[in-house]
Amino acid sequence: MKKSVILGALTVAGLAAGAASAATLDDVRARGKLNCGVTTGLTGFAAPDANGVWEGFDVGMCRAVAAAVLGDATAVEFVPTTGQTRFTALASGEVDMLARNTTWTFSRDVDLKFEFTGVNYYDGQGFIVPRSLGVSSAKDLDGATVCIQTGTTTELNLADFFRANNISYEPVPIETNAEGQQLYLAGSCDTYTTDASGLAATRATFENPGDHVILPEIISKEPLGPLVRHGDNEWGDIVRWTLNALVTAEELGVTSANVAELAAGPTGNPEVNRLLGTEGELGAMLGLEADWAVKAIAAGGNYGELFETNIGENTPIGLARGLNAQWTEGGLIYSPPFR
Amino acid sequence: MTTLSDPPKPGFRPSQLIYDTRYRSMTIQTVAFILLMAAIFWLVSNTIENLNALGKDFNFGFLGQPAGYDINQRLIEYDSQASHGRAALVGILNTLLVAVLGCVAATIVGVIAGVLRLSKNWIVSRLMSVYVEGFRNVPLLLWIVLIFAVFNESTPQPRDFRGEDPAASMIFGDTVAITNRGTYVPEPLFSNGLGDVDVKPGWIFSDLYFAISIDLAAIVLTIIASILLIRLINQRAHRIQDATGVRPTTWWVNLLVFFVPVGLLLWYLGFHLGYPELQGFNFSGGTHIRNSLMALWLALTLYTGAFIAEIVRGGILAINKGQTEAAFALGLRPSKTMNLVILPQAMRVIIPPLISQYLNLTKNSSLAIAVGYMDVRATLGGITINQTGRELEGMLLLGLFYLILSLLISGGMNIYNNSVKLKER
Repeated sequence: MKKSVILGALTVAGLAAGAASAATLDDVRARGKLNCGVTTGLTGFAAPDANGVWEGFDVGMCRAVAAAVLGDATAVEFVPTTGQTRFTALASGEVDMLARNTTWTFSRDVDLKFEFTGVNYYDGQGFIVPRSLGVSSAKDLDGATVCIQTGTTTELNLADFFRANNISYEPVPIETNAEGQQLYLAGSCDTYTTDASGLAATRATFENPGDHVILPEIISKEPLGPLVRHGDNEWGDIVRWTLNALVTAEELGVTSANVAELAAGPTGNPEVNRLLGTEGELGAMLGLEADWAVKAIAAGGNYGELFETNIGENTPIGLARGLNAQWTEGGLIYSPPFR
Repeated sequence: MTTLSDPPKPGFRPSQLIYDTRYRSMTIQTVAFILLMAAIFWLVSNTIENLNALGKDFNFGFLGQPAGYDINQRLIEYDSQASHGRAALVGILNTLLVAVLGCVAATIVGVIAGVLRLSKNWIVSRLMSVYVEGFRNVPLLLWIVLIFAVFNESTPQPRDFRGEDPAASMIFGDTVAITNRGTYVPEPLFSNGLGDVDVKPGWIFSDLYFAISIDLAAIVLTIIASILLIRLINQRAHRIQDATGVRPTTWWVNLLVFFVPVGLLLWYLGFHLGYPELQGFNFSGGTHIRNSLMALWLALTLYTGAFIAEIVRGGILAINKGQTEAAFALGLRPSKTMNLVILPQAMRVIIPPLISQYLNLTKNSSLAIAVGYMDVRATLGGITINQTGRELEGMLLLGLFYLILSLLISGGMNIYNNSVKLKER
């Protein structure tokens, strides 16, 4: 009896270990659904709405890939992951891609064996403090208690920042953004630190957002982007060029409103034609339908539309485009050409 | 009379492997062993294959890399430039701290609750029933989170202590501050301290170094010496009592022997208390007992205490009623009967299940991550794995640590069990 239990457990463990295979595109097609790893809830980036439907900037990325691959923007299974579980989820094959405010770093790319497929948000780490505390600079935070999500780059930046400035702090490790928000509002920490975009998104959900200030210092570079496993370059290409398609669409003025019309027949602009599949074979090269980019853009709009509807200045989160403007407008968002 | 037929020929047929009870068990064992080996082989080769597919190797070199993260509660010296191995060590000590505190407190709570549940006082025994059933039947994680939330939400922030007319104030003559970040209590300080000795057995593990406070060692040694001396005095009193029938008065000698040497030593070391003071964002000075530790400790204590209470109750009920009646007949009062007659015998029944409760408590302490207590699961098994991507190595090390710790606890308790169990001669 005892032995049979052990054997059973071994079998299950072995099967689970065998799940990560190479051809992700085939797996996704066979399943009919894209498994996409997102945060456990960060308004504006990825959070379920009142009806339980996931929405947000990162969610839009997942939906665009699902639309490009499966032709259906709703064929996505969203897997909420914490800062600690996300990489294991991706490496083990539990999710096909991560779109989860994840910073592109050397060690994650090289040592953790992931492939970052681009940057969809240029961010930096900031601090939020209650206005009543009267703190105007992060360097005034000597001796403060700081809430910090464990297993993130922000945790390492925090240690570096305080060490470099020779000031002390007391870290309070937390698992999720919701937990950090709760501890911060209860006053268990003097300040909460994460990516500035995340702070803005979190502040937007506070009862009195005006009582809290985000300090001017941005203490790190946090290029956030979607990532996939090493070793399946075809799948990596699909995610990378879906993101590029959304960026290029904004640059060329292709929106969710006019994409159907532009895709109906060849237009005067050859790059638009190549992007939308009315000219050339770009879709087939990716192993997708010719109109993959049309579906991806129709799913949630181009990069600019995704930004404006989820985190832009007209939303409660109110982030300016800043670094995330198109390169033509002084930002860093730049797609290689569709050629 | 020779009705016995010849014994059957001792020839061996393969069918005997299944149908002959002499060989069947061996057949089953061989087949099971082969299957087990095959399964292990498959599991290992599958792991290797998948690691290869991911392009990952298997090595423990990451333990020597700088960790890069800070840990709030550290019993030994640590900063963000120390190695991942050192961070794991800090976590291990934090796990041990909460496990030891939890086991001691859970035993005390459990014994009291178990005895009181048998009380003839209706209210007391019902209250204990409510406690036992309430804690035993609700998941531990809920208690940990609930207690942590109560600590955080119901206690004042450090900044409430500030100002002319503060919203909160320190208690016990301005020596203890209870805040939503933890409780600050006075810390012992020595103005003529003897310093520390650095211990660095580098040949075991290069990250294993720590400082032993000579002051603390001296105090502990003095107390042990005093206790040994008190035992000698008591033995002498026994001898005199056995010889003359009159027991010399020893209590004041014992008190003197216990307190005078320690007192003198403390005076020599210049013992004084350092009080917590509000400075900047937080209190500084004093000892900071974090809410995460308090919540985890309290939850583990109350939860495991409820199980121990049932074990103690079972142990007491297992003792024959005649023992109680005999003790009463000798004129012992109920409290003496419990302490001198019932509990020593009940220990034999209590110890074995108690061991498994200690093991449970130790392993349950890995739920610490829920309240951000930095135990070994949170450092080695959490942040280190996440920053280095060494899931397999980290989890194996973590499993090995808990395995060794559990075996040690179980071994130690078994030695104790052998000393109290019924001696059969």
